[in-house]
Amino acid sequence: MTSVALGSPREASASHRTWDGLRRGRLVPVLTLTAIVLAVWYLACLPMNRDLPQLARVEGFANRYEVAWSLERPVLPAPHQIIGELYASTIGTRLLRETAGGLVLNPRNLLTHAWVTISATLAGFVIGVLLGIALAVAVVHVNALRRSLMPWIVASQSIPILAIAPIIIVALGSIGIVGLLPKAVISAYLSFFPVTIGMVKGLTSPDAMLLDLMRTYNASATQIFAKLRRPAAVPLLFASLKVSISISLVGAIVGELPTGAQAGIGARLLSGSYYGQTVQIWSALVMAALLAALLVALITLAERLTLKAMGTRP
Amino acid sequence: MSAIASAASDRKQAMSLMALLAAGSLLATLALMLAHRGASGSVVITLALATWAIAWFANVIWSRSEGLPSLLTRLAPAAVPLLFGLTLLFLWEVICVGLKVPTVLLPAPSLILARLFASLPTLGADFVQTFVRAAVPGWLIGSAAGFLVALACDRSDFLRRGLIPIGNFVSALPIIGIAPILVMWFGFDWQSKAAMVVVMTFFPMLVNAVAGLAAAGRLERDLMYSYGASWLQTLLALRLPAAMPFLFNALKINASLALIGAIVAEFFGTPTLGMGFRISTEVGRMSLDMVWATIVIAAIAGSAFFGALVLLEKRVTFWHPSNRG
Amino acid sequence: MSAQTAIDIRNLSLTFQTGDGPVYALADANLTIAKGEFVSFIGPSGCGKTTLLRVIADLEQPTSGSITVNGLAPHEARLKRQYGYVFQAPALYPWRTVEANVMLPLEVFGLPKAERRVRARKHLDMVRLSGFAKKYPWQLSGGMQQRVSIARALSFEPELLLMDEPFGALDEIVRDQLNEQLVKLWNETRKTVVFVTHSIPEAVFLSSRIVVMSPRPGRIIDVIDCDFGAERTLDIRESPEFLKVAHRVREGLRAGHSYDD
Repeated sequence: MTSVALGSPREASASHRTWDGLRRGRLVPVLTLTAIVLAVWYLACLPMNRDLPQLARVEGFANRYEVAWSLERPVLPAPHQIIGELYASTIGTRLLRETAGGLVLNPRNLLTHAWVTISATLAGFVIGVLLGIALAVAVVHVNALRRSLMPWIVASQSIPILAIAPIIIVALGSIGIVGLLPKAVISAYLSFFPVTIGMVKGLTSPDAMLLDLMRTYNASATQIFAKLRRPAAVPLLFASLKVSISISLVGAIVGELPTGAQAGIGARLLSGSYYGQTVQIWSALVMAALLAALLVALITLAERLTLKAMGTRP
Repeated sequence: MSAIASAASDRKQAMSLMALLAAGSLLATLALMLAHRGASGSVVITLALATWAIAWFANVIWSRSEGLPSLLTRLAPAAVPLLFGLTLLFLWEVICVGLKVPTVLLPAPSLILARLFASLPTLGADFVQTFVRAAVPGWLIGSAAGFLVALACDRSDFLRRGLIPIGNFVSALPIIGIAPILVMWFGFDWQSKAAMVVVMTFFPMLVNAVAGLAAAGRLERDLMYSYGASWLQTLLALRLPAAMPFLFNALKINASLALIGAIVAEFFGTPTLGMGFRISTEVGRMSLDMVWATIVIAAIAGSAFFGALVLLEKRVTFWHPSNRG
Repeated sequence: MSAQTAIDIRNLSLTFQTGDGPVYALADANLTIAKGEFVSFIGPSGCGKTTLLRVIADLEQPTSGSITVNGLAPHEARLKRQYGYVFQAPALYPWRTVEANVMLPLEVFGLPKAERRVRARKHLDMVRLSGFAKKYPWQLSGGMQQRVSIARALSFEPELLLMDEPFGALDEIVRDQLNEQLVKLWNETRKTVVFVTHSIPEAVFLSSRIVVMSPRPGRIIDVIDCDFGAERTLDIRESPEFLKVAHRVREGLRAGHSYDD
């Protein structure tokens, strides 16, 4: 009976695996679902836009769809319209403009707005992460600080602290600080909390046995930190960084809303919503999604490289 | 002999803690009185810093809890952060009043509280509009939809393999940005805000519920299989209870997201009502005390919502190792 | 096959396909177990003893060969609730009380509530845990938890009890106690028991027949009869007869090159 499976097991299993990889993998299902979403989206363009005046006098199914997919201010734009707008407002527009003061970023280019938002995001992210790590280290080593502060930091997770964003813009504006910094402050305090919580969790993650081992070596607090706590915290730190970077981006975008900022993804969303420029809103949204994906991908890459250098398998 | 000595040192530690607390509250009262009577800034700040140092010293003793009577030791986990919070609040008040910080920059807590009580009807109506009409229904619908789709994923492996990567990807995106589109589709009133909350809460529940439905152990599943139990029987008797910690995790994440979603969506247009509307208009008018009062309401609502979920979770998942008493 | 046959296994093989090629978990196994027997499968890890038990329980599908359980295919036997299964771990549901855990299979089978309660009480009595009905599993010791899981397996009174290293995770003192209790239980009920273990004394003490198995491929290399009478206690483990059987089991395991590599 055993002869049945004896043929050439290696080869059999190799081809088995490629087929399985395709069938069991995620690529085919993800692409299928994406295709379904796109198809439904295209189909929905007519019913969603049916009340617009441009469609009132158009007869015939095909004709109506043709119009519905190329409206100027549709309720729901077709995906290709968004991609077209994205192309036109990035590659199709000059990024730099000559003014009396020299070359400046062209505000008609979407990349200009993306840069405005992402620079605030990154500045805030870096500040927030450094503060978060510093506080976590302090909290782990100073008992009184841990017991005073940690309950508040954990509780802050249940409070909509994003709502404080407008206050920061206005308060800093009142003392003359405008532009990138107030948005960076919002991004910083939003990214600060997940990093602190994740880092405290990571630094305290080594169990009692590992700590006892260090104690049998008579290791100092610094040595325990360097050889045990810090490496143990790295995986959790990266998990928090991913949360932080996306919430940083949200903070920077929301920071552009309340005072009607002139530049940034949030400003594009607001002006698009004000003038009913739906295609502009959607293209700003896609740009925001691309930025978020890029930022998270960068963190993931840094995570892989760091864990690889540390010799741990992710 | 040593028992007597430790009892004596017990009393000594407790006495010094009490003395610190008494001195701290006396100094704090003095600082507040002087600040509100318009004493010079440097005097008030010196007093405030001294109070802060005393409170911190009390917290160090209390959090170490060495040689303290058992009552004080048992109170420590709640008292230490409370004392810390009160000290911060006190510093905020004293610095704002003592240094005459402009209200636009930072209003004093007393000012915020006064505004809060003076504007209770307005704030109450805002709360109903944003929390009761938009956040809670959106949270319920979004979480329920996420759970139902997770059940569908459980029946169809193809759906699960397709949706989970998408769900993980979407959770990193600034979903809040679609608020202007939803306002355009569902109108200015609470419906568009509820829709925002539905979209924001859907994916966290989906991802958590799928993980939760896979959480039951292999032996526990084999057991149900050996009884020839149906999918529904296995779901109800095993997999749903085992998934509860995951479901509550999603419900708690979603509780904070719901409030954020509803408030931020109001920045893109509302009838003249709602916490987000209040924040954006009062910020425009530079009346920051009203903005802070709204934030206080939002914070109370958020933590009460969250706290209620935590209590419910403790009742439902009493069996979980983290809750066993 | 007579009416007295509980399990009949013929030319049974099972091959797992893995990334590193096929694993021959079971090769050409033949075995007949009569009703009322206490049969142990013993062997090192990877010898297929647990796999064979799982095939009987319809938890694994054989690649070839035939098997009947109480005259039925394993699939039918499972759906007709012919066997109770006891796992390596208690696998009790922590959100149910001890009593509710024992009632779980009865709920699945749709028995009325009063009947469920009566049966749960009866079988908790049988494993001497009647005082713990309202406790939660995590409030009990490991040995008590495993007794609850035995009561659960007995609660619907199947004729066949399948036990997969049920005492493997317990310390030796508790294991000895449970071994004695299990022998008593078997004497009272005379159920057919198939018991997987890797402990030689346990197998010799408990069984009426011992099946010695060896790995790569998983196969049966010896079947040893042994019966030390219904009234046996742990003391018989020092008797020459006991040591003789244990020696033969050990020789069988050695002949199978079980621990060579």
